[in-house]
Amino acid sequence: MKQVTLSAPRRQLSLPALSQRQWVGALLLALLLAFAWLVPLWHSADPARQQLVRILELPSLATPLGTDHLGRDLLARTAAAIRLSLGMALLSVVTAAVPGLLFGVIAGWRGGWLDRILGSVADACLALPGLLLVLLLVAIAPGNFWALYVGISLVLWIEYFRVVRARTRVLVTSPQLEASRLLGFGPLYLFRRHLWPELAPQVLTLAAFGAASAILAMAALGFVSVGLRPPTAELGLMMIELLPYYHEAPWAMAQPILALFILVFSLNLLAGKDPR
Amino acid sequence: MTSLTLSRAPSRWRSGLRGLLLQRLFQAGLVAWMVGTLTFVLTRTLPGDMAYRIAAGRYGHDMVDSAAAEAVRAELALDQPALGAYLGWLWDLLQLDLGRSLVSGEPVIHELWHQLGHSLGLAVMAVLLSLLIGPPLGLLAGRKPAGLLDRGSELAASVLRALPPFAVGLLLIMLFSVALGWLPAAGHGRFAHSVLPALTLALALAAVSSRVARNAMAEVSQSAYYAFSHTKGLGARLSFLRHGLRNAALPVVAYLGVQFVYLIEGVVVVETLFAWPGIGHALVHAIVARDVPMIQGTALVMGLMFVALNTVVDLICHWLDPRRREA
Repeated sequence: MKQVTLSAPRRQLSLPALSQRQWVGALLLALLLAFAWLVPLWHSADPARQQLVRILELPSLATPLGTDHLGRDLLARTAAAIRLSLGMALLSVVTAAVPGLLFGVIAGWRGGWLDRILGSVADACLALPGLLLVLLLVAIAPGNFWALYVGISLVLWIEYFRVVRARTRVLVTSPQLEASRLLGFGPLYLFRRHLWPELAPQVLTLAAFGAASAILAMAALGFVSVGLRPPTAELGLMMIELLPYYHEAPWAMAQPILALFILVFSLNLLAGKDPR
Repeated sequence: MTSLTLSRAPSRWRSGLRGLLLQRLFQAGLVAWMVGTLTFVLTRTLPGDMAYRIAAGRYGHDMVDSAAAEAVRAELALDQPALGAYLGWLWDLLQLDLGRSLVSGEPVIHELWHQLGHSLGLAVMAVLLSLLIGPPLGLLAGRKPAGLLDRGSELAASVLRALPPFAVGLLLIMLFSVALGWLPAAGHGRFAHSVLPALTLALALAAVSSRVARNAMAEVSQSAYYAFSHTKGLGARLSFLRHGLRNAALPVVAYLGVQFVYLIEGVVVVETLFAWPGIGHALVHAIVARDVPMIQGTALVMGLMFVALNTVVDLICHWLDPRRREA
């Protein structure tokens, strides 16, 4: 958000204070980020390169996490899959948060017909369960990253919209905002000074939950083989590919599951609260 | 006096019900329109000549000639401009004419009817199982917040919430089918086949509902009216039954509505994993085979099932919480 970097002395604007649990989540996530982006620097294996004489090898110095059923390097593949998942999550969370926040503030502030129109658009997107909407969009453009991205963002923005709208409605009538408005401050200042500090912690929580559900949705589609196509290294796809070999290579099968688990676990911790 | 309140009871329970049902009916219409529109877009964006494609699907690749393709084109109005075809498509949907599956040639409705039974069976079993595991655990944990049971169930719930349903299913298969050999890993027919898929869904649902129940119970047990029920001399059991249960039940039931999103999504994945012949499995297969009428039918049924389940939750909340009825 651009507003964050403005010069006025407001400590809440940078990041809301994190609880201990959230710090643990942030730390885990940082470790995972470091793993995903540092691996290619010192381990230059191509995640798609097949070596059919070296299938399902145990971890060794050359391949620290072993190889899969086509002899592909699992360290490189897992790192690539985490990068893909996190990249997609980040992209769709930002795409969902910006319009969600914007429309939510507008609807909550202005009210009236604008509020009703935006509200019914959100209800329409919510009529179908999220994954179903994503599935239908993916059916239109199979194996396409962008269809997946549009579908997930379309599902995610509603949550921001609803929370921000409800909160804004209350805040707009507050005496401190009224006072600032009477002093002649513009809407942008009012938003920065009065709305954003109140909304930020909730938006952060929603962003962490949203990222987790984006990652889960992509993996679920990969797992039922309607998501991204092989040979892409994707967590759900890796699981379903390695499933037939769970007996010979349980460690290979465990890797995408573990990676997905840590990803979602750290994001859930970062989100903080229990589910309502 | 009692007779008066008794005779008035039904009408009070019905007040506010109309708006609630109308809202859900509107949602059902919205679901149908969205599914119809998206699948229509799907037919228009398929590569190649749609008429040949469908004809090949129906009559086999060797039997397709231009006459067959033309017949299909005329039947499905593929030669008409998009707007007319779109309206025709929606009109068919309105009449519940879902067409025939391009793969099996059977009417979609037939197949759906068959699959819906299997999916509903699985869903009902999963919900019941989750209600047996989750809320009782949560209620017990909520009576002693920060106790051993509370900490333990919180840890278990956070681990389960971070695992997608297919990973939970995989782990269950590894444990019960491969390592212990107690239950079949996949298939359909006997009761034993349905245990693992239902348990997979139920565990994920219970992970959330146990925490919701725990929070609700913790709130109730700290409330003034709960303290008063103790003060006036009710024992722990009676005050729980009379004052705790109904108040704590409301958030749990209301949250079930949110969980149904998860249930529908889980059905897609879990049915595929366990080769369960239900709607979710059929949807995934239809998408892989690009069987448009089946995609439309399965998505429609799942969307409507979601709305129907939510309506049931609304009705239960309405019955549980008299405060809603006045509004």
